[in-house]
Amino acid sequence: MGLTITEKILAAHAGKDKVTPGETIWVDVDVLMTHDVCGPGTISIFKEQFGKNAKVFDPEKVVIIPDHYIFTSDKHANRNIDILREFVSEQNLPYYYDVGTENYKGVCHIALAQEGHNRPGEVLFGTDSHTCTSGAFGMFSTGIGNTDAAFILGTGKLWVKVPETMQFEFTGKFPDYIMAKDIILQVIGDIGVDGATYRTMEWAGDAIMNFSMEERMTLCNMAIEAGGKNAVIEADEVTLKYVNKRTNKPYKTYNSDQDANYFFKKTYNASTMEPVVAKPHSPDNKALVRECSDIKIDRSYIGSCTGGKYNDFLAAANILYGKKVAVNTFIVPATTEVFKDLECKTLNGKTLLNIFKEAGCEIGDASCAACLGGPKDTFGRTHGTEVVVSTTNRNFPGRMGSKQSEVYLASPYTAAASALTGRITDPREMLN
Amino acid sequence: MKQIITGKAYVLGDDIDTDQIIPAEHLVYSLSDPEEKKNYGKFALSGVPKIEAGLPEGNKLFVHEGKFESEYTIIIGGKNFGCGSSREHAPACLKIAGIQAIIAKSYARIFYRNSVDGGFFIPFETLDKLLNSIRTGDTLKIDLEAGTLTNNSSGQTLKLQPLGEVAEIVKAGNIFEYARKTGMI
Repeated sequence: MGLTITEKILAAHAGKDKVTPGETIWVDVDVLMTHDVCGPGTISIFKEQFGKNAKVFDPEKVVIIPDHYIFTSDKHANRNIDILREFVSEQNLPYYYDVGTENYKGVCHIALAQEGHNRPGEVLFGTDSHTCTSGAFGMFSTGIGNTDAAFILGTGKLWVKVPETMQFEFTGKFPDYIMAKDIILQVIGDIGVDGATYRTMEWAGDAIMNFSMEERMTLCNMAIEAGGKNAVIEADEVTLKYVNKRTNKPYKTYNSDQDANYFFKKTYNASTMEPVVAKPHSPDNKALVRECSDIKIDRSYIGSCTGGKYNDFLAAANILYGKKVAVNTFIVPATTEVFKDLECKTLNGKTLLNIFKEAGCEIGDASCAACLGGPKDTFGRTHGTEVVVSTTNRNFPGRMGSKQSEVYLASPYTAAASALTGRITDPREMLN
Repeated sequence: MKQIITGKAYVLGDDIDTDQIIPAEHLVYSLSDPEEKKNYGKFALSGVPKIEAGLPEGNKLFVHEGKFESEYTIIIGGKNFGCGSSREHAPACLKIAGIQAIIAKSYARIFYRNSVDGGFFIPFETLDKLLNSIRTGDTLKIDLEAGTLTNNSSGQTLKLQPLGEVAEIVKAGNIFEYARKTGMI
């Protein structure tokens, strides 16, 4: 019996020839990532358990990316950044992307990719549930809490229960108006918010392999919204081209064997996919966008690790070009690199930033911003009964701030089309 | 480890996510400062919509205005309890509010791991949902050795699921104690 990519990576990191789903193993960790919300708690547990003068297991393998509560006057949030700074300097950590410096990046999952920390075949843990995003690079990556992160800081190891793998294959070609966000919302709708709990979501098929790295990241990013432990896409030339531009470190690629054992397999015909939304208040509350055209919105929000990458904004710009938005529309680049792309890259002679400004959008600085609500003064946060169409990842009650607001999760095409009409709008109405 | 846990039940529905357990705006307080961390108790479960707070009636405050601890010490959940973010503030805030055990049909993976590895409380599972057989305010008794849950208010007793692969970590107290016991650290 063969092995899946995930099983092969975990076996290699546990010093075994093979592993079996359900087995508990200890793995060696290649990268531990933390940020401003969970870093301080992780650091305090690390010191409590390993001693005041303890050193991290390997400074080369620790990456700290403040991204959540950056542009706020909240004194506790700002104090938490100081705790990160102090730890980085005390431990001499080379990979720290400090707030207020040229080194600042923004949302950790996208920064990890852009800064070359995502490498095929590696094992990456992060104190953030969307750490599964990195699986787009053919690696094992998953979210953990402060205690597990502190354990890794001290030992470089963590126990893992080997997950069963579910494979989602898309064959053929996606229509032009379909984005990876439509696909992940479709699948979560099909299997439910706990449909992949404890399991790997493996993406396959020619339609998936035709996606860019950014689109692949969107697919893997929301595996956690189906309960998935990790998501994975095998590394191919597209992956290697992206990775080799950004790191010189060696890595190894793995593929699933033909006779690997899958818990579940489903094949979709890519050409039949339609734009979808997740209605309030759950990411699996799926509906076709065209079925929601009577729903009025107060706000459109385009940003986050899920929907704030360059390709997401290029899609939105295609729709917003030369037009005016009908509702408050917030543009929040995931990282400073994405922000620079908005300033420099053009569509029909205009920079993306100008297209958004002329359309009447409000532009925010790179960070997690209102994806998860956050402190009261967070850019784009809801405070009342707003109905929002958003390219973010969760729409549980209160996720974007106010418990009374209602969030529809959608692709950047749908969020932009809806911004122009003030109701949930199928992008096909705008793209023809 | 206590062999018998008794307390009043607070009943919640399916898919209680970490933003309902502790809304993200509160994730700024220190978890190590004894005074500051009380805020987590104060805001525990403050994101649960009122009609779903304390079933079956709803509209039951988990922590009263001006308090940092709850009168309830056992949470009854449905399926996929603790889904959403990886924030350890979620099990931490429940512990700070005084929760001693959670009993649910199933858990989201990271919340379950955090509860066990951090040694906050034992996340027990049951074969069936308990939403219809336990009401908020019922007095419950968990017997660890027998692996049973008794509802003193109704007299009903049922079996809890075995802890499986995490039993040794639960027994040791947390992942660090387990690692020390087994000579890893």
